[in-house]
Amino acid sequence: MAVTIGLWCVAALFAVSLLTLVRGPFGTAFVYGATLVISLMALALGLTELIGARVSTVALPLGLPILDGAHFRIDALTAFFLTVVNLGGATTSLYAIGYGRHEEAPMRVLPFYPAFLAAMNLVVLADDAFVFLLSWELMSLASWAIVLAHHRDPANMRAAYIYLVMASFGTLALLLAFGLLAGADGGYAFAAMRAAGPAPLAAGLAVILVLVGAGSKAGLVPLHVWLPLAHPAAPSHVSALLSGVMTKVGVYGFVRVVFDLIGAPTPWSGLVVLTLGGITATLGVLYALMQHDLKRLLAYHTVENIGIIFIGLGLALAFRANGMDVAAALALTAALFHVFNHSVFKSLLFFGAGAVLNATGERDMERLGGLIHRMPQTAIVFLIGCMAISALPPLNGFVSEWLTFQAILVSPQLPQWGLKLAVPAVGALLALSAALAAACFVKAFGVTFLGRPRTPAAANASEVDGFSLAAMFILAGLCVVAGVLPGFVIDALAPVAKALAGDVMPKQVGVPWMSIVPIGESRSSYNGLIILAFLICLGTLTALAIHRFATRATRRSAIWDCGFPLDAPQTQYTSSSFAMPIRRVFGTVVFGVHEVVDMPRPGETRAGHFAVRVIDPAWRFGYGPLARAVASLSLRLNHFQFLTIRQYLTLVFCGLILLLIVVAAWR
Amino acid sequence: MALILELALQGLQMVLVVAIAPLVLGITRKVRAHLLRRIGPPVLQPYRDIWKLMHKEAVLAHNASWIYRVAPYCIFAVTWVAAALIPTYATGLLFSWSADLIAIVALLGTARFALALAGMDVGTAFGGIGSSREMMIASLAEPAMLLIVFTVALVAGTTQLSAIATIFTTAPVGLRVSLGLALFALMFVGIAENARIPIDNPATHLELTMVHEAMVLEYSGRHLAMIEAAAALKLVLYFSLIACLFVPFGMATGDKTAGAIALGAAVYLAKILVLALLLPIGETSVAKMRVFRYPIFLGGAFAAAALAVFLLFVSRGF
Repeated sequence: MAVTIGLWCVAALFAVSLLTLVRGPFGTAFVYGATLVISLMALALGLTELIGARVSTVALPLGLPILDGAHFRIDALTAFFLTVVNLGGATTSLYAIGYGRHEEAPMRVLPFYPAFLAAMNLVVLADDAFVFLLSWELMSLASWAIVLAHHRDPANMRAAYIYLVMASFGTLALLLAFGLLAGADGGYAFAAMRAAGPAPLAAGLAVILVLVGAGSKAGLVPLHVWLPLAHPAAPSHVSALLSGVMTKVGVYGFVRVVFDLIGAPTPWSGLVVLTLGGITATLGVLYALMQHDLKRLLAYHTVENIGIIFIGLGLALAFRANGMDVAAALALTAALFHVFNHSVFKSLLFFGAGAVLNATGERDMERLGGLIHRMPQTAIVFLIGCMAISALPPLNGFVSEWLTFQAILVSPQLPQWGLKLAVPAVGALLALSAALAAACFVKAFGVTFLGRPRTPAAANASEVDGFSLAAMFILAGLCVVAGVLPGFVIDALAPVAKALAGDVMPKQVGVPWMSIVPIGESRSSYNGLIILAFLICLGTLTALAIHRFATRATRRSAIWDCGFPLDAPQTQYTSSSFAMPIRRVFGTVVFGVHEVVDMPRPGETRAGHFAVRVIDPAWRFGYGPLARAVASLSLRLNHFQFLTIRQYLTLVFCGLILLLIVVAAWR
Repeated sequence: MALILELALQGLQMVLVVAIAPLVLGITRKVRAHLLRRIGPPVLQPYRDIWKLMHKEAVLAHNASWIYRVAPYCIFAVTWVAAALIPTYATGLLFSWSADLIAIVALLGTARFALALAGMDVGTAFGGIGSSREMMIASLAEPAMLLIVFTVALVAGTTQLSAIATIFTTAPVGLRVSLGLALFALMFVGIAENARIPIDNPATHLELTMVHEAMVLEYSGRHLAMIEAAAALKLVLYFSLIACLFVPFGMATGDKTAGAIALGAAVYLAKILVLALLLPIGETSVAKMRVFRYPIFLGGAFAAAALAVFLLFVSRGF
């Protein structure tokens, strides 16, 4: 029953998409209004199914005949991801009712937007490999079309091209993984795969392939390179969907296959995932720190959060492999909690960046500044998003990182030496990335919203429309609520943990004072509500006491600046100067940072120049050589196009002989 | 009745840390002055400074936003909450379970976030340089700090400070290599986080060397008073943390009788006094470092803490 409702929602989304294609532009308000309503319905469905913890399946007489129809299923995991996807979809649609009005070419976005939402819903609903891969590809293509919305910019063309290549590569890996899991009999339904239980070798290969396939969609290093190019290229509300939601569908793919279909994990798979997660988290945030384009900074920061999620997933695999089911439940809950959190605050931050882009026409932080005076409400919600993503208590980002740390502290009980050594190292990387994230978002908020405006565009910005603000305030509210009442989220995740980790965390709602106690009372507990109450009380009381009993006299005056104030806003710290100490400390080794200072000699009147070159190691050591190898190989193979007919026939004949020999040897 | 008593004990701890904070700062300054063969200001001078600043008019730049005005109270409140959650004279107070050690470290991160934003609010080069360097130091110090947390949590089997203190007082933990390394690392981190020599000079007004002072350069009046009070409180917080983790002896761990509490409070004050005497001795015996040598200093702390954690992951016996 429930899954039928889900499919109707998907169908409705496709219908909106088709209507827009056939009948021309209905107007942005209609499309986004319709997607808002449908997403809200699907959100309600996801929430009720998650809380009710029911499983429902349906098979439609569609698709390939050998597969016996197309299978769909809602279980706890699907319900959770339906919630995440449609929460993002609903808030994005609400935001876009206002934001989408400013789109120059709406027909380049409107038809694809509902299809993109529908495809993401379909991925999580799919219950056989055929539907899964089909909707996965649809999701990639629809989002690719929107990434190309502003196609006159050559940078966007390049971004879309790289995205397309990476997406096809990822799907190829997933296709092979499903092939391995289906086995020789071709049991492509997920139920058959679950029942079969693959051989150890096939299972190991499948884990690696899924890590590549789903990891490239989620943005695991070194498969992340398309992400910081493609996410900022799309219109901002779609950037929010790409970064906040589609990466989570990638995580879903990984969890579905590795935890559910393969089952029975091995310790080394946990080790690989864990280590990749740690590296991804640190490199992602370091790279985010070097950016001065606000949207690209946010996109790189998504890479960091994916790393944190995969650390949790890796820990869960390692615990599960050793039969420590309670610890596995803790780690998995931490990872999924972070999935939810990241979808909330990353959407919020992209909305904020879109609002800034709308108000000023600028994405480059070096040309912004002082927006807190011109856009006070956007500034508040953006600040909440920055604090939440920097894992600061009492907001929600902290809770999921805290749970991950608690899971790390259980890990000395793991028997394998590789894990014993890797886990504390990953813990240190996690701590490092948390601290760097705070630096990154001090920079993002401080340079964009604080200080003095650096350009007239920033000085004359105005607040965005009500729809956009409403969407941002809803998400900011969720950041606070999930931070102070995390027990409800953890309890809602219990059915997922039960199904995939084999056990659940202790029940949180009902603990006195609404604290959360992940393992045991004497071991650790945290109470965001009490902390927030104390902060508000103490801060207000102190301020009131000082105003009442000391003085509240205030005078406005010029800037002091140690006695030498300079009027030019260029004397402020910029984004690249803010990042300079960290660039020096961490960047020279990792990124081969190269700074070129061209300082005119005294008396010269030409302008000085300063340039920083930052190279992503994934490009330098991975894709760059790969692309060059492919190019040179294709150049060498080029003359195969200009052979005579006899030569071609000889070639075909030799190929045939070779193939026959191989087949003979194989038998 | 019991609840009121528990509330009173928790309240006493909250008041205690705030009340002694300026005194601790005064003692370190006095000792430092004596070591430099100066007379130095009276021990109670920080109280007078804060009192004077509170009654002065606050001067704001024309373009200062609400963040600039709210941040001092926010920083003070966050630091206060964090300091009040560290067991001082007794364990198991009413709200001791509402944040564990990881949360306390993160709360300090919240205060730092607010301070760094406040430094950037007016849009001066000094504020920016201070914020940027502060975040760089934090990004080096925080991983080390969390590894220290790991070490202690692995030895004690919990991240609750109250429980850690109880275990270290009552159970035979003994002298351990890992805890020694953690203490070493915590001292380094504490020096860096509190902007003391050799990382930062709290007495400086030489622009190019300062970090904390550069961030708060624009502040005046009651706002500056709040920031100074928060800085003093943070010093007490780190002293309390060292006392609670590494010398938890004398705390009232069992029943909260009047005698046990009085003893606990007296022992706590003595521990803080000893630390306040030791800090300036360390400070006067080294020179301030260049900014880009901080990674070496904090890397030492990180390496020590990482070694401690690895030893514990290898064997619980270290």
